[in-house]
Amino acid sequence: MSKTLSRRRLLTRIGILGCSAAASPLMTPISFAATRSDARVVVIILRGAMDGLDVVRPYGDREFAAVRPGGRDGIELDGFYALHPDLGPLHPLWQSGELAFAHAVSTPYRDRRSHFDGQDLLEAGTADMSRDGWLNRALAHLPGAVAETAYAIGREDMRVLQGATPFASWAPDADLTVSQATLDLVQLVSREDPLFTAAVRDAIRLSKIETVAAQVAQNEELDMGMAEPPRGPANAHLGVAQFAAQKLRADARIAAFSLGGWDTHAVQDRSIRRPLNALSDTILTLRDGLGPDWSKTAVVAMTEFGRTVRQNGTAGTDHGTAGAMVLAGGALRGGQVSADWPGLAEVDLYDRVDLKPTRDVRAIAGWVLRDLLGLSASVIERDVFPGVELGANPGLIL
Amino acid sequence: MFDPYLAETRFGLGLRPGLEPPRGLSVMLGRLSGPDRAAERFPIDLFENYREKLVSDGHIGRVALTRTAAQRQAANRAVRKIARRDQLRWLRAILARRLETQDGFRERLTHFWADHFTAIGKTSVLRQMHAPYVEEAIRPRLTGRFRDMLSAVVRHPMMLAYLDQMRSVGPNSLAAQRSSRLNGLNENLARELLELHTLGVGGPYDQNDVRQLAELLTGLSYSPENGFSFRRGMAEPGPETILGKRYGGGRAQLSDIEDALEDLAAHPTTARHLARKLAVHFIGEAADPGMIEAMALAYLQQDGRLEALYVAMLSHPAAWRVAAPGNVRPPLDFVIASLRALNIRAEQIDVIRPRDVLNGFVRPLALMGMTWERPPGPDGWPENDNEWITPQRHAARVQWAMSVPEKLADPMPDPRQFLQTALARPASDALVFAAAAAESRAAGVGIILSSPEFQRV
Repeated sequence: MSKTLSRRRLLTRIGILGCSAAASPLMTPISFAATRSDARVVVIILRGAMDGLDVVRPYGDREFAAVRPGGRDGIELDGFYALHPDLGPLHPLWQSGELAFAHAVSTPYRDRRSHFDGQDLLEAGTADMSRDGWLNRALAHLPGAVAETAYAIGREDMRVLQGATPFASWAPDADLTVSQATLDLVQLVSREDPLFTAAVRDAIRLSKIETVAAQVAQNEELDMGMAEPPRGPANAHLGVAQFAAQKLRADARIAAFSLGGWDTHAVQDRSIRRPLNALSDTILTLRDGLGPDWSKTAVVAMTEFGRTVRQNGTAGTDHGTAGAMVLAGGALRGGQVSADWPGLAEVDLYDRVDLKPTRDVRAIAGWVLRDLLGLSASVIERDVFPGVELGANPGLIL
Repeated sequence: MFDPYLAETRFGLGLRPGLEPPRGLSVMLGRLSGPDRAAERFPIDLFENYREKLVSDGHIGRVALTRTAAQRQAANRAVRKIARRDQLRWLRAILARRLETQDGFRERLTHFWADHFTAIGKTSVLRQMHAPYVEEAIRPRLTGRFRDMLSAVVRHPMMLAYLDQMRSVGPNSLAAQRSSRLNGLNENLARELLELHTLGVGGPYDQNDVRQLAELLTGLSYSPENGFSFRRGMAEPGPETILGKRYGGGRAQLSDIEDALEDLAAHPTTARHLARKLAVHFIGEAADPGMIEAMALAYLQQDGRLEALYVAMLSHPAAWRVAAPGNVRPPLDFVIASLRALNIRAEQIDVIRPRDVLNGFVRPLALMGMTWERPPGPDGWPENDNEWITPQRHAARVQWAMSVPEKLADPMPDPRQFLQTALARPASDALVFAAAAAESRAAGVGIILSSPEFQRV
């Protein structure tokens, strides 16, 4: 008996080629009709605490000039708010009603000001710090959802999408060039270990997708050497956005990824430029990549908390409380800043140092899920964001 | 109880043909408390020496300041190039130590504490100087009092720069009175000191303690030309109250900070935090609560000595229990264990071209989730297996296992024999079958290295 035959027999006997492959959600053929909704939601976690007051500048508040002397030169939005100049490339989207913001928003996280805890709560979507993410729980309520309906993209973990409902994850610059026979054996030796079994199965499937972006990212990384910052290649975010758009144009309906670099403790006028440019490029890449599907898309970018109203002694800002959310997409009723503005006078601040939260980040996200994906308000308040009060509809979806 | 193979895998860097695992606990601990042979054989510059060398060679410091902007820019490029070359040299030394050592526990502990005190170089040559930081602040203090390591880290330029302490100025300090621009207190280090380094998140402190500790820490400073200094002019006049106890109050001095660190290190919550973190790192999330309690108690009874934690852990039966599944080896440990099993030697690592170090190690490690010397944040690398074994990160492991060993091992071993040398325990039937059925030696070795049996310890 040849070696190949004996391998095949063994594989068949233990089921690698049989039932376990068929049972995998990733191996199951899916079609556009698999999910009822045609809408797309992209969730971007802005890691490091984006300074909402610098990004969407409330210059109409009489205190603003005093607390942020450097913030005068924004791009006019609506007579009260101005946009950070580095988000200038997004201004046409504002004009066409495809860009909106929510301001003075926060999660229920207060006072400890830790990035990690703040992000954990933002992604868990509940103060009891459950280990699964709110987007995963929302996914559970999407009719016909399979693993490839939702993608976590990039090298970082996306807790927001982790949980019991199957989802897919991939970094566009990953690679797996191994023969099928060898991959079969790798699956075989992983079969007793559920974690490895799932990882191998999904890796095999996902590695078959080639993107131009992946190639670009690889080349850049090699040119830049080993000592570049943690975000890796300078344009890695473009590869992520292109991959997201490609998946969303096909069967995916939800994508989640991170953009870091917002922890601007010092010389903020310089240090915030890079993440702002990355955010702007990411949104425009998604728009271009999604083509006609952009009209059914909402991008929701959220951060763990805002930053102190006053600058610190190093021309930066420290961890604060309320901040801003960035929303983009053709499905939006854009051109508005949704806020119940608390004011910047010292008596109006939270703990006299931070912008006071007047709305829960989760309520804004919740209304997007309701109006775009069709989840019911009770499902959102009970399962997706337990404990949240959705309140009045901010009217951000067309 | 004690098992030589587990000592070399769960608490070490993996089996290597020809290197005998420690026969008993006393041998293992003796190696740890004995001379640091790996560091002697494969040296890495100490941070302070390296900084002084860059100053005396005119690359940083006063000489550089007299230059024009264009000259400074050129000089900055030049020094970054030098530091990058040295970073590569240190990377080779780290790999070499790990390949050759019989004292794997020391390397694991070095990594553990460097991770506990994560400091990421953000600017200029500090971006390359992580290894000299670890060599100076962490590695010589692995077995002594935790307080000494804490103190060395808190005054270390890498940490002061990473968590913005060197920019923090007391609002009522002399410096702030002289210049209205200088009035910023920065809480970053103070917060992480409580949340990550000592008490742990959920510990008995509040925002007020963070603020007070931030005020107490003002004055800790660093300059490239002079290194660490305590600048009284930047210090907030005391006293400060942290966890209900007052520190300072007279003329600001470094010893007030040291007193607070001493008390934080000796706090029972710190003991439990360190014990639990260590146990989870080596044994996993399901580490025995009784063992953690014993470790914390030993630490408190023995004056906060780190060795007490290790002895209590390794003397506990739960440390040697084989409860499947074990921890997944983090990416660097996975790569090293693979190379050790293949009997790759330090001399081979020494002659790899820089570009191949990048392609064979740095880039694959990043794809496995471990960007070299750049953990995701101050809380360091993940401990949770789920975060390492995702589809793309596991794909990177498989890809590496299938392609890189072949370039280094000459000859490639017969996979059927390799099974005996790579694993601490007998292989499963499936792995025995797969090793024999593989289409080439390289594939067979790659399959063994890709298996959970090899990757979990």
